[in-house]
Amino acid sequence: MSTKPLPAVSYIKIPESGEPYLEGYQCGACKATFLGTRQVCSKCGARDQMATKRLPNSGKLYSYSIVHRSFPGIAVPYISAIVDLDDGTAIKGNLIDIEPDPEKIAFDMPVDVVFADALGRKDREGNSYISYFFKPKSA
Amino acid sequence: MSDAYVVGVDMIKFGRFPDRTVPQIGAQAALMALDDCGLTIKDMEALYCGNLGQAAGMVGQRILQEIGQTGIPVINVSNACATGATAFREGWAAVKAGLYDLVLCVGVEQMGKGLLGGAGGGSGISREGLLGSGTMPSVFAEAGLEHSRKYGTTFAQFAKVSVKNHHHSTLNPKAMYQIETPLEVVMNAEMISYPNTKLMCSVNVDGSAAAIIASEKKARELGLMKRAVKVRASVLTSDPWQERDLVMPDVNSCTRLAAKKAYEMAGLGADDIDLVELHDCFATAEILHYENLGLCGPGEAGRMIDTGEVALGGRIPVNVSGGLLSKGHPLGATGIANIYEVATHLRGEGGKRQVEGARIGMTHVIGLGSACGIHILEKA
Ligand SMILES: [Zn+2]
Repeated sequence: MSTKPLPAVSYIKIPESGEPYLEGYQCGACKATFLGTRQVCSKCGARDQMATKRLPNSGKLYSYSIVHRSFPGIAVPYISAIVDLDDGTAIKGNLIDIEPDPEKIAFDMPVDVVFADALGRKDREGNSYISYFFKPKSA
Repeated sequence: MSDAYVVGVDMIKFGRFPDRTVPQIGAQAALMALDDCGLTIKDMEALYCGNLGQAAGMVGQRILQEIGQTGIPVINVSNACATGATAFREGWAAVKAGLYDLVLCVGVEQMGKGLLGGAGGGSGISREGLLGSGTMPSVFAEAGLEHSRKYGTTFAQFAKVSVKNHHHSTLNPKAMYQIETPLEVVMNAEMISYPNTKLMCSVNVDGSAAAIIASEKKARELGLMKRAVKVRASVLTSDPWQERDLVMPDVNSCTRLAAKKAYEMAGLGADDIDLVELHDCFATAEILHYENLGLCGPGEAGRMIDTGEVALGGRIPVNVSGGLLSKGHPLGATGIANIYEVATHLRGEGGKRQVEGARIGMTHVIGLGSACGIHILEKA
């Protein structure tokens, strides 16, 4: 078992000191960004042009759904959100700290990316995980 | 190249058949399609079989064990919700290429109950409900709200799709359900993933459908042209790169690409189409596809459902079978069941739901991942 929490997905980076952050891969030829490694750009086909890129910690809500029924053991309702980060990278996650009510949720509302424990979820070895969440920017 | 014709086609009434095997369910539609044109398995030169749930299980060969092991080549196909359409298209391509004069295409599925999809593991913990939702109702809710953000499409407009398709299914004895669902019933049904309520999600059912494709020469030789349906276009696409690909399965661009290619292949435009069976896996999806298929301009889909242009009797009836929302959605069978529906109208055999004077129809399916299949059919 790891003494420190692990990243919930490969594109969360947890430095020895300092705050966790999101890391993408950017194609040097066409500037498309990807979450997770790849060799060849699926937008333009360029090979060996990928470089890591630290992704911004804020963005805007692009689209969402309010999930009322999920798999057994998953707490509902929650908001599944598609967010465009400030550099244009699209990312999906839970939108928190807002009522799951379409009246309260606005397209393009500014959000911050925050890092926290992965809702208490642990793997079989008992490791805990760090995940990211979207939080409305305080006015 | 010779033209290819659907000479026999049928589907079973969709339902739940837990006591039967997948090959048994598939065999039933295969025999019905053979009977539809008075041929036997001995006349078939190849079998194209679509199934997802037992993709590694040689379902086509096991169907032949139920209806006649003649030694013909069997091609088992799996391509998400485009599985049936892909099997049909492979059969069509072989006939077009002159490889065979008569082929049998079968789509079959036996479904469990419950939610489809879900964010996979990978690391040691489940991501569902942690990094948003990977359930199909959510994925299509998010695609629907993308339309809302662009054009102001409302929850009620999405819900009207279900009202329409459930109404259509009351006229289709082969649909899983024949129940009217007024707007308030649809909107007040259990919310699965806003804006999709339970009545706005396709029904998980078991089912099968089958089609026999013939070369023109063979169709004429056998005297089958009277009820034959010509395949004017057959197109399959995968999803071209889109900027939100990674987090938002894109049902739009591969449909748009397929529609463009299909109209080109047929030498037709959207105005020439008399009816459409499209992939209403969720009510939100149907709205998107009015525009994706060119049935209306950008941003006009809401009007299409408000004015009844897409209802039976309207300008361009969509999903008069009841659609996946009410007829049911046995994944591997859906693509061929759509072809059955359109062919039935072109033959003038649609009974109470007949689209009057239908000469040309379109079928559309999309499987996430993604694969889009479109066929344009014409009365021979
Ligand atoms: Zn590139």
